[in-house]
Amino acid sequence: MSLPLLEARDLRKHFPLRGGVLQRTRAWVRAVDDVALEVRAGETVGIVGESGCGKSTLARLLLRLVEPDAGRVWFDGEDVLAALPGRMKRLRRDMQLVFQDPHASLNPRLTIEDAVAFSLLVHGASRTEAREKARALLGRVGLDPRLYGRRYPHELSGGQRQRVNIARALVLDPKLLVLDEPVSALDKSVQAQVLNLLLELKAERVLTYVFISHDLNVIEYVSDRVLVMYLGQVVESGTAAALADLPKHPYTQALFASAPTMDPERRMERPPISGDPPNPINPPSGCRFRTRCGFAMPRCAEAPPALLPVGASHEVACYLYAADAAPIPS
Amino acid sequence: MSSIVLPTEAGVVVGPQMSYWRTVAWRLSQDGATLVAGSLLLLVVLSAVLAPWISPHDPNAGSIRLRLAPVGAPSHVLGTDEQGRDMLSRLLWGGRMTLLAGLTPVVVAFVLGTVLGVVAGYGGGITNTLVMRTMDIFYAFPAVLLAIAISGALGPGLPNTLISLSIVFIPRVVRVAESATVQVKGLEFVAAARASGAGVWQILRHHLLANILGPVLVFASTQVSLSIILAAGLSFLGLGVTPPAAEWGLMLNTLRQSIYVNAVVPALPGLAIFVTSMAFNLVSDGLRDAMEIRA
Repeated sequence: MSLPLLEARDLRKHFPLRGGVLQRTRAWVRAVDDVALEVRAGETVGIVGESGCGKSTLARLLLRLVEPDAGRVWFDGEDVLAALPGRMKRLRRDMQLVFQDPHASLNPRLTIEDAVAFSLLVHGASRTEAREKARALLGRVGLDPRLYGRRYPHELSGGQRQRVNIARALVLDPKLLVLDEPVSALDKSVQAQVLNLLLELKAERVLTYVFISHDLNVIEYVSDRVLVMYLGQVVESGTAAALADLPKHPYTQALFASAPTMDPERRMERPPISGDPPNPINPPSGCRFRTRCGFAMPRCAEAPPALLPVGASHEVACYLYAADAAPIPS
Repeated sequence: MSSIVLPTEAGVVVGPQMSYWRTVAWRLSQDGATLVAGSLLLLVVLSAVLAPWISPHDPNAGSIRLRLAPVGAPSHVLGTDEQGRDMLSRLLWGGRMTLLAGLTPVVVAFVLGTVLGVVAGYGGGITNTLVMRTMDIFYAFPAVLLAIAISGALGPGLPNTLISLSIVFIPRVVRVAESATVQVKGLEFVAAARASGAGVWQILRHHLLANILGPVLVFASTQVSLSIILAAGLSFLGLGVTPPAAEWGLMLNTLRQSIYVNAVVPALPGLAIFVTSMAFNLVSDGLRDAMEIRA
């Protein structure tokens, strides 16, 4: 197998919560805890999980927009976290990010043409060259540059702005695109258009996607492989098909059970989980899901289960599937 | 607006495409109160600038025989003051001083305050604490008290008035600039610029400044009226412009004893201060409305 395009190991980010007069650190928010990830060139890896499970932080860690507390990231075989500023700037051309919020992600004072061209100017392109390329790309994402090029973000709809975001991310010809909930702020009908645009662009430009979403239907539609995250940790990973057909982890099962589906075959007997995830400031000991899990056993509280293979490229972190586990209760 | 409006295939109406500042200018032109206040302001500024050429008399030449002439006296349209000096000439010349003392501190505070605020806001951490807590020390004093304290320490005179008023206004501007910077810094387009490999300077220039200068400018413009009043107040207390130079606050001070002899003439410098600071307030209000980005 070829070298993965992006590889991350033991990524960890805990945010300090400060308080009091002296601003001492009172607690840590464990946003991302020991996450490993491998993305091969040309594939789409989906990352799914509830709000607050650390998906967006993971995206920023992968692109080194936030410095991790521990762990390593390799891009194309190169250690990203060790790159010096000059080298980092070069690396950034190859890995770009599309943001969730189409309102906050565009500078209200720049025309969309200038917003897209900005990245090229940063990398030393001439003004005319940058503008020309920006206009061409705006055309490609479905915004006629003659009509929209000189417009400001507030004159565009959410879907149009997200197209601008995609154009901006693509203007540097990256190899990897990290998409952080790119369609969750959009209407269903617009979501489909943007998703299809993303799939077309991927085929056209030989891109690799890391696709973050809380929407299982979206993840299933675009992804080759899926990582399920819960409270900053990966609880299950596998191909999109395997996860949809045979989810192993109780959390994954609950997620699929709670996702609305049109397919009567896919209806599940077990009720979806209720309540909110526990506070990531003080996650439960052992397995973090045990407080909401219907199959929790005494050993779940003792030590966190490791991510172990249960099938061809299918891994799950749950004692139900440990070699010495008791039979699954029905 | 005479450009043709075309519907496009997406059903979006393509209106006239204006740049941001042209939009602001257009909105201002639709705002009656701001236009009136603006014209008034222009009149005050013009009369101050042109004072040497349009004032009918020497503002410092008095005449014992003509003290406290009423408004409408021959050859003294607005009367004379307690030393018999022509009021109109003194008001025109005094406007120069008052406007200078009102505008200069705000301009200085706008430039220095924005720089400090952006450094504190974008730098964050210890830089932020250092800058902002220092500003808080100055901010803890009431404006008038601080101005009097600094002017008192430095001694009277126009340059010292300008210095002390600048020190009064810098912390205010820093606060506004800092909070705007922190707010904009957290927005995703700044992260996107970082993800493209942009350096700190490029982000500050293209993404940050453009988005914070508007609110800071509007805030600074609201401070001009206060600065005029403070400058006049310092002169009134004898800490600002030194006699015999004409300045509205100083004139108000020296004329106040004559209020029982002639009530109208002593009120004139007060009226001038009131109208000018009011006009500045109205213009800054209008500016704030016009500069709002409608998303």
